[in-house]
Amino acid sequence: MTSTAGTAPVAVTDVAPPADNGRSRGPGAYLLIIPGLAWLLLFFVIPFYSLVATSLYDPSGSDLRGYDMTYHVANYWTALSDYWGPLLRSLLYGAIATLFCLVLGYVLAYTIAFKVGRWKNLMLVLVIAPFFTSFLLRTLSWKLILADDGYVVDLLQTLHLLGDDGRLLATPFAVVAGLTYNFLPFMVLPLFASIDKIDHRLIEASSDLYANSFVGFWKVTWPLSLPGVVSGTLLTFIPAVGDYINQTLLGTPNQRMIGTVIQSQFTDANNYPIAAALSMMLMVLILVMVLFYVRKAGTEELL
Amino acid sequence: MMWLRRNIVLILGLLVLVYTFIPIFVVVLMSFNDPSSRNVYRFDGFTLDNWTNFCGPAGMCDALWKSVQIGFLATLVATILGTLAAFALVRWDFAFRSSTNLLIFLPMAAPEIVLGSSLLALFVSAGFAGQLGFWTILVAHIMFCLSFVVVTVRSRLAGMSDTLEQAAMDLYATPQQTFWRVTFPLVFPGILGAALLSFSLSFDDFIITNLNAGTETTFPMYVWGAAQRGVPMQVNAVGTLMFVVSVVIVVGGELNNRRRQRALA
Repeated sequence: MTSTAGTAPVAVTDVAPPADNGRSRGPGAYLLIIPGLAWLLLFFVIPFYSLVATSLYDPSGSDLRGYDMTYHVANYWTALSDYWGPLLRSLLYGAIATLFCLVLGYVLAYTIAFKVGRWKNLMLVLVIAPFFTSFLLRTLSWKLILADDGYVVDLLQTLHLLGDDGRLLATPFAVVAGLTYNFLPFMVLPLFASIDKIDHRLIEASSDLYANSFVGFWKVTWPLSLPGVVSGTLLTFIPAVGDYINQTLLGTPNQRMIGTVIQSQFTDANNYPIAAALSMMLMVLILVMVLFYVRKAGTEELL
Repeated sequence: MMWLRRNIVLILGLLVLVYTFIPIFVVVLMSFNDPSSRNVYRFDGFTLDNWTNFCGPAGMCDALWKSVQIGFLATLVATILGTLAAFALVRWDFAFRSSTNLLIFLPMAAPEIVLGSSLLALFVSAGFAGQLGFWTILVAHIMFCLSFVVVTVRSRLAGMSDTLEQAAMDLYATPQQTFWRVTFPLVFPGILGAALLSFSLSFDDFIITNLNAGTETTFPMYVWGAAQRGVPMQVNAVGTLMFVVSVVIVVGGELNNRRRQRALA
């Protein structure tokens, strides 16, 4: 049908003729897309412009009296020199949590895809289910589990893995553990989608060709699951870097992450220009890292 | 030993699954806790008080109700706008289609703190600094739910073959009849899934909400505030309820799927 469509005279009908890719053409598309697009333009694109503008305001104004636009680029310098510590810490914590998620998530996704047979769908449901309970309540639970007089600390002290006055709560370990736990599903689901598509015969072929199971995994399964690894690590790393809930509930105030700083600059200190500059820097840093990473990993499609 | 070697991956996988349930176990346990004092957060004794006196803590049920209202409205608007957009993206060709796809992807890839702070910057620049509250939260929630709806419905639509629709057309169904009797029922599970996802995203959001809420309090904000003073055990009853309801919905959907597939086979 498509081969003749190019030469046949186009009949004028009330139904739009199908395009070569099977999609219709016509004004109908705009009726469908414009409401959603307008919402995103108004409340995602324009706010981003406001954020850039706010980051260049004169820092001597206030949110209620208003700010003067003085293209005060020095805000970025102030923000960076005051808060490079939290910024680096966030990237570090985010990276470590992403790595932990990758290990745990891979084992789980691999198990669901290859090891549980007809229980696959039920297992997937079970993976998502815990994450339907409030994020804050889950994090508070970890606070209880890792508490100084809790079972975990007691056990570790009995085993002498932790000193008698050693603690887990209010340490970087607790924050990274919380981030790892809370963002695990963002890793498992894309990994599962990739691993589940792998043709079993390829793995069988590798073992027919005398690869042991480690070589088979490393040369066949892992490369074929890379799209899932790339999107999973991105979907985990980005929210983990910006998160401040885990840091506030499980960490200490003198080891803040950048999200904690931005939040308190906005809501407690009312220092909008600096907060906006920090927010912009976080966004740009993440964008640069993501672009670099995606190019390195050689995957162009993100989702 | 052989058995262990053969099943090591399965065992590790199940251990990871168990690990994801540890905090849920704590939430359920604490919903039956009888705390000795407000400042001590550990299991002291069994009680049903948290369930019988559910709305006991001042303000908790108001916050919960506020979250339900916002979640419902945000889901309604985001699902409608998102479904329309998904149809446009899969079924229609139009100018700047690929840049629209990118624009829909971006809110999901940006950290929440950036989304929340840019919206706050907009509201403040536009002179709404004193009027932050229900409506600004709602606007923000619709914004971040929208992309997730588009992506969910789009994948359902893209995975659907148009043979049934063509059959309907061949049997002289009008475009309206084809849409409402064939296309819509086929896409509906995707729309329903998108709506459930929206509701849970909206209901659970803290970071974006907190920046744009003014003096309004949603349930996550209530929990956050309580976490600084001492958490009333009733919040764990809410957490348990959320868990049970979502499991019932998801497992119910899964069983319904199986029943249907068996009926078709």
